[in-house]
Amino acid sequence: MDTAVAVTERDSFITTKGKQKASLKCDTDSIAGCVSQRACVYCGARVVLNPITDALHLVHGPIGCASYTWDIRGSLSSGSELYRNSFSTDLKEKDIIFGGEPKLISALDELIEKYRPKGVFVYATCIVGVIGDDLEAVCRQASLKHDIKVIAVQSSGFIGNKAAGYRAACDALELLIAPQKPLLKKARSVNYLGDFNLAGEAWIIRNYLEEIGVEVNTVFTGDSNFATLKQATAAALNIIQCAGSMTYLANKMQTKYSIPYMQISFLGLEDTAESLRKIAEFFGDPNIIARTEALIARELALTKPKIEAYKELFRGKKAAIYVGGGFKAISLIKQFREIGIDVVMIGTQTGRQDEYQTIHDLADDGTVILDDANPSELEKFMTQQGAHLLVGGVKERPLAYKLGIAFVDHNHDRKHPLSGFIGAVNFAQEVNSTLGSPVWRHMSDFGSDMHGTSTKI
Amino acid sequence: MEQVLKYSKNSNENPCHMCMPMGAILPFKGIAGAMVIIHGSQGCSTYMRRHIAEHFNEPVDVGSSSLNEKGTIYGGEKNLKQGLDNIRRVYNPQIIGVLTSCLAETIGEDIERITAEYRKSNELVDYPIVPVPTPGYGGTHTEGYLLAVRQIISQLAAPTASHNKINIIIPHLSTADIRELKRLFALMDIEYTLCPDFSDTLDSGIARQYKKIPEGGTALKDIRSMPGAPATIQLGVTMQEELSPGQYLSDNFGVPLYNIPIPIGVENTDIFFRTLTSITGKGIPDCILQERGRLLDAMVDSHKYNFAGRSVVYGEPEIVYSVTKTCVENGVFPAVVATGSPNPKLAKLLEPLFAQYHRKVVILSEADFVEIRHKCVELKVNIAIGHSDGKYLTEREGIPLVRLGFPIHDRVGGQRLMSIGYTGTTVLLDRITNTLLEAKYGNYRRTMYEQYYKPATVMP
Repeated sequence: MDTAVAVTERDSFITTKGKQKASLKCDTDSIAGCVSQRACVYCGARVVLNPITDALHLVHGPIGCASYTWDIRGSLSSGSELYRNSFSTDLKEKDIIFGGEPKLISALDELIEKYRPKGVFVYATCIVGVIGDDLEAVCRQASLKHDIKVIAVQSSGFIGNKAAGYRAACDALELLIAPQKPLLKKARSVNYLGDFNLAGEAWIIRNYLEEIGVEVNTVFTGDSNFATLKQATAAALNIIQCAGSMTYLANKMQTKYSIPYMQISFLGLEDTAESLRKIAEFFGDPNIIARTEALIARELALTKPKIEAYKELFRGKKAAIYVGGGFKAISLIKQFREIGIDVVMIGTQTGRQDEYQTIHDLADDGTVILDDANPSELEKFMTQQGAHLLVGGVKERPLAYKLGIAFVDHNHDRKHPLSGFIGAVNFAQEVNSTLGSPVWRHMSDFGSDMHGTSTKI
Repeated sequence: MEQVLKYSKNSNENPCHMCMPMGAILPFKGIAGAMVIIHGSQGCSTYMRRHIAEHFNEPVDVGSSSLNEKGTIYGGEKNLKQGLDNIRRVYNPQIIGVLTSCLAETIGEDIERITAEYRKSNELVDYPIVPVPTPGYGGTHTEGYLLAVRQIISQLAAPTASHNKINIIIPHLSTADIRELKRLFALMDIEYTLCPDFSDTLDSGIARQYKKIPEGGTALKDIRSMPGAPATIQLGVTMQEELSPGQYLSDNFGVPLYNIPIPIGVENTDIFFRTLTSITGKGIPDCILQERGRLLDAMVDSHKYNFAGRSVVYGEPEIVYSVTKTCVENGVFPAVVATGSPNPKLAKLLEPLFAQYHRKVVILSEADFVEIRHKCVELKVNIAIGHSDGKYLTEREGIPLVRLGFPIHDRVGGQRLMSIGYTGTTVLLDRITNTLLEAKYGNYRRTMYEQYYKPATVMP
């Protein structure tokens, strides 16, 4: 029996384009025992907020949650390095019995005194809600006492999946950016949402935007700080890269502060050029439009020949995608197309229905599309679909390697920027570094036919 | 001697330890045909899988009962049972470990009862399902590991006729260390049951046919017959008795227990072989004595370089104990010794070691990295020995790091660094010495120039 598909409850989460129904089940709880690749609410909240450089990130709970998230992301800072520490109330058995509030209050006093942060995020972990700690109240009091923002992040692990954590982070950000009185609008400025400045990606995009004459008011949240975020409501436009984490906040800002938003993507040459044009069009200024065209022409002239050269090398290769959000998957399908690679399997941890519809529309016939996949399914479909390459996160990497499949790192750990024109070249380079490696030629069996002729050892 | 057993503060700043279920996963990965599931919310298993996978560069599958809000309020029994069903369907394991997370423990889930009921209602009377209560707040990964080993043994072990396989119970060692142990036993011609053994399962080769549960690990039948062993050798001198798997075998089946240090360093390795010899009556083969000779030779060759080292040793108590002793043997005197676990025994064991050389050392228990860093600066430490999280000491204070232990996620091959036995000690010592040499040669021309060179100014 094929054990990968032994769990029938999983059937409705998997579909094959052209053979089965167009829609699939998604955005729901993982099935117990299925070894989901998803992380938790806290993880979602932490990855969104962690890049805020001058914040003190305090995890209220037992040690593990803080241990596993200490400086694990590659977000870069041009200023404070405080965000690269991991603080925990390190709750012990007696705190669970008698409540963790006293320890949290003392921890906040100690840490604020010691580090003098501009603000603090206090993350709720699974047990905080269960033992009845009133996080909001403690944070409110600490805020008053120390005269800085101390913001509770409601990220108990069991209230949903990683996407619920994004919302918890956005709720915290909404509190943080609320101005005491309305700010003066900056006419030619944008907030850049959903870039975490991995390997300097937000810097690359800011350079482009400044060149065309658009100011980046603040980034959510790569290389941001309390001061820049507090100015967020002055922007004329919100542009969103990571839709999964930031659309929720953009909607709120549109309602509350009348800031319109647009979805852009700086992954791949085509999308980057397209996105810059969309932004220029929004402002409608002929100077901005002219500078945008000049930038695009210059960058394409530099990068397109490089991409074309790689395309030759990748002819006939097939890729599998398994990433966190739907929007990233969509961008990757386009990006693989740009470098001449067919995508044969697409999955995400937290994609939404509308994103899966887009994925379905974009995919070639025969492509397997699946939500919240587990290692068995990844193994089965990568092998069955004949994928030469997987793009995914840290947990998926060793599985791909064991199956003799090349791997592209597209996770928060990476040390190479994948955004913008230069990012598109880096992406092709990264693909080549794994597909083009000689190691795959040496993976064949050896010795099984060499029994020797001597009977003595 | 300064001892800071408990730093009085209410927060942990950059943790030097992990949580209980993380530690408890590893032993199950070292049992043949085992799969493990965490009763709790989805994130725990994912975080731990990621952490373990990064160290070993291996697929690490761990199930989760994926507790949601409803399960948290009304109880997660249904989730756990469904989880067990699905794990059995997909992985077809021979044994399943059930761990708890903070959440499951806090809402009062009784995994002992739930798993017993599950076995009964599914007619799995002889099917081993091993519950291990591992609330994240109940201890560190070190305690989680030990408790899991103890639970596995106590669940499986049954009265057995005497045989001559010695029980070897190990703490978290590298896969290369485990293989080295096996090589030494083979050279000594000693039969053994090594538990747990993740040397193949978490360091497997590229194989044509992918196995969802990798081959290798301690065989269930061998664990079942541990009570018939002539002795148990447990590589552990700092653990509490109630967590000691060897103590369980001794208390319940009268298997004589030898608690000895991890054989890193000359003296510790001597103790190891002396113990083997006294239990089995077998001599030490010449080739092992030659290895010992080479270690002594290396110690002498490097002793002057090593004498310039002022080290910090941190990590899990057992490895910290043996590495500290090795450092002292070689004159790389530790100024700071730290563990994230609460472990009063460690300080007591190390005290006399430093006293004989009239050396001062700060021994930190339940330490975090901010505290470790602070002490290292104060005491002018110039080399760190421990897992990857110490990269923080390198980045912030320029203290070079010799990687050892778990996790090593910023270098490859951390899972197969060899450090035990005479040969392992030799290569560990070389790593330490070379790190000191690199720092010295990288700086000394500039330092000397800055210190002594002045442009010629002849008195008029």
